[in-house]
Amino acid sequence: MVDAAGWRAAGASLAAGARVLVAVWATGDDAGSRVHLATRRPDGSDLAVIALRAEDGTYPSIGQYHPGAILMERALQDASGLRAEGLPDPRPWLDHERDFAFLPAEGEGLHRIPVGPIHAGTIEPGHFRFTVNGETIVRLEARLGYTRKGTLGLMQGSAPDAAVRLAGRVSGDSTVAYAWAFSRAVEAAREVAVPPRASALRGVMAELERLANHAGDFGAICNDAGFPLINAHAGALRETILRQADACFGHRLMMDRIVPGGVAADLAPVAAASLRAELPAWLGRFERLVELYGKTASLQDRVVGAGRLAPDLARRLGCGGYVGRAAGQDFDARRDAPYPPYDRHAPAVPSLSAGDVDARARIRIAEIRASAALIGDMLDALPEGGIRAALPESGGEAFGCALAEGFRGDIFAAVRLCGPVVADAFLRDPSWFLWPALEAAIEGNIVADFPLCNKSFNAAYSGCDL
Amino acid sequence: MRRTLFESLHRGTLTEPAPPHDTETAALVAELDRAALRRLGRSLAIRAVDAGSCNGCELEIIALGNVLYDLERFGLKLVASPRHADVLLVTGPMTRNMSAATRLAYEAMPAPKFVVAVGDCGRDGGVFAASPDCLGGTASVLPVTLTIPGCPPPPAMLLRGLIGLLG
Ligand code: SF4
Repeated sequence: MVDAAGWRAAGASLAAGARVLVAVWATGDDAGSRVHLATRRPDGSDLAVIALRAEDGTYPSIGQYHPGAILMERALQDASGLRAEGLPDPRPWLDHERDFAFLPAEGEGLHRIPVGPIHAGTIEPGHFRFTVNGETIVRLEARLGYTRKGTLGLMQGSAPDAAVRLAGRVSGDSTVAYAWAFSRAVEAAREVAVPPRASALRGVMAELERLANHAGDFGAICNDAGFPLINAHAGALRETILRQADACFGHRLMMDRIVPGGVAADLAPVAAASLRAELPAWLGRFERLVELYGKTASLQDRVVGAGRLAPDLARRLGCGGYVGRAAGQDFDARRDAPYPPYDRHAPAVPSLSAGDVDARARIRIAEIRASAALIGDMLDALPEGGIRAALPESGGEAFGCALAEGFRGDIFAAVRLCGPVVADAFLRDPSWFLWPALEAAIEGNIVADFPLCNKSFNAAYSGCDL
Repeated sequence: MRRTLFESLHRGTLTEPAPPHDTETAALVAELDRAALRRLGRSLAIRAVDAGSCNGCELEIIALGNVLYDLERFGLKLVASPRHADVLLVTGPMTRNMSAATRLAYEAMPAPKFVVAVGDCGRDGGVFAASPDCLGGTASVLPVTLTIPGCPPPPAMLLRGLIGLLG
């Protein structure tokens, strides 16, 4: 617990770059409302949380010091009713009942294109307001909140085993990473040690999730650049991984397989052997697509230089994942804030600085190679033993938090347990930092390149709408 | 590129045979308005709408288009506009914030039109049923013709349901 001066000092240390923003959220109970701020050192160490009592329903905005916090504070205002004093942009975010005006853009020859919430393809809903001059985008503003499900509210008062199912449905494409982050937070709160075999199996699941998403998105990026051949092959590669996941863990997306204390089901030896045997050929098929990607001039023409995110902006916004790593942000929670099994199986973390669609695609390519290698290593060294440690039936009030690296970037989970149930929880998607980055990166690109740029960011909607 | 194309020619097709007819879906579909469906013939245009899903269901709908399932060989096509659609494929627990847009999409469709609710969320709100931010399932806003449950339903199951619509 800090006072207002301590809270402001934390905001200033974010602005100075001494600390990196992880999350800002609010909780409330009979004892009053509190705001929480999680930060880490730039090198990934020292994840720390401070809290401030929100007297009279207000608190000093972090966004006034550090713009990366603005979206989260807008959501916080809608979800908790607390007011962030000094918030540079206090418009509503999740609450669609309140009046909302898009940011103005004025000048000769400008016009606006409203898109969404329902988009042309099978993707999540959100509204994009483009202001364009001829073909060139001068401003994009994204408005989300359409998939708001009140997930965090549903978690309150439920047992950790029920809450983890909700955590795994914040963003379905990252269900493994979310369940892992949440479970780690619960385990930290209750000081439970996870059996080594369970940690290794969690690692295998998380890397399978990364492979499937990266493979599918790599194809989709090429598709949006007008090259469906790679998409057709990449779609088949993604399907292969999902079927392996189904055979190994009993669910194509591996939902509900990670639970507080360990994993819900063991890996069948036959399925494990088949996955291990298939990996090299799978990677071989993928490398052919990479070769095609690099050698096809018409494709390279579309991706190189498009949707460029400057490294300095990526740093100030706190972008993680492939978006950050493609723009000089060399952070990966698996390596820089390691948790088992990555303490024994450190991933190779790629880093580029071009910050364009091509760099983001190339980070994905490198991560596919690294994940395939990790899965092989983990399967070869799979420890024997139990797969789940029992959680104490009850206990006093306890707080825990954790990071887990999903395919999109680091996911932060915080949980406060009270007796046998979750008092409150918070889950921070990597996309909070990707949406503002996309808005900035798209400036000066042509409207027709938006789908391509958007796909290369692939920020989550449901992940932020909560 | 030539090498990839040649290899693909030689390897033969990756597409898998149609899923077997299953009595479960057949029973569900038996209650449909057969006469109206017959008018649409052997082809259906489908508009997918995410009414607040976690995106898990979307992933499996997208998978229907991969070469292994190849949705379009059955005469089923995902279209961009509800004005071109015969079927609205709705996922998610119908969040308050998506209910108006979902209704508008349905109203934009020409008759005869059908609504397919996808996933446990589409069925009744799934794990989000108790949330004040969700109305709970597709049927809370639209008349549902067919429900394909699952969390998410795998592509083979989605395919069986949609083929069932063709009769
Ligand atoms: S049914 Fe399951 S996978 Fe589909 S939207 Fe709901 S929670 Fe996500």
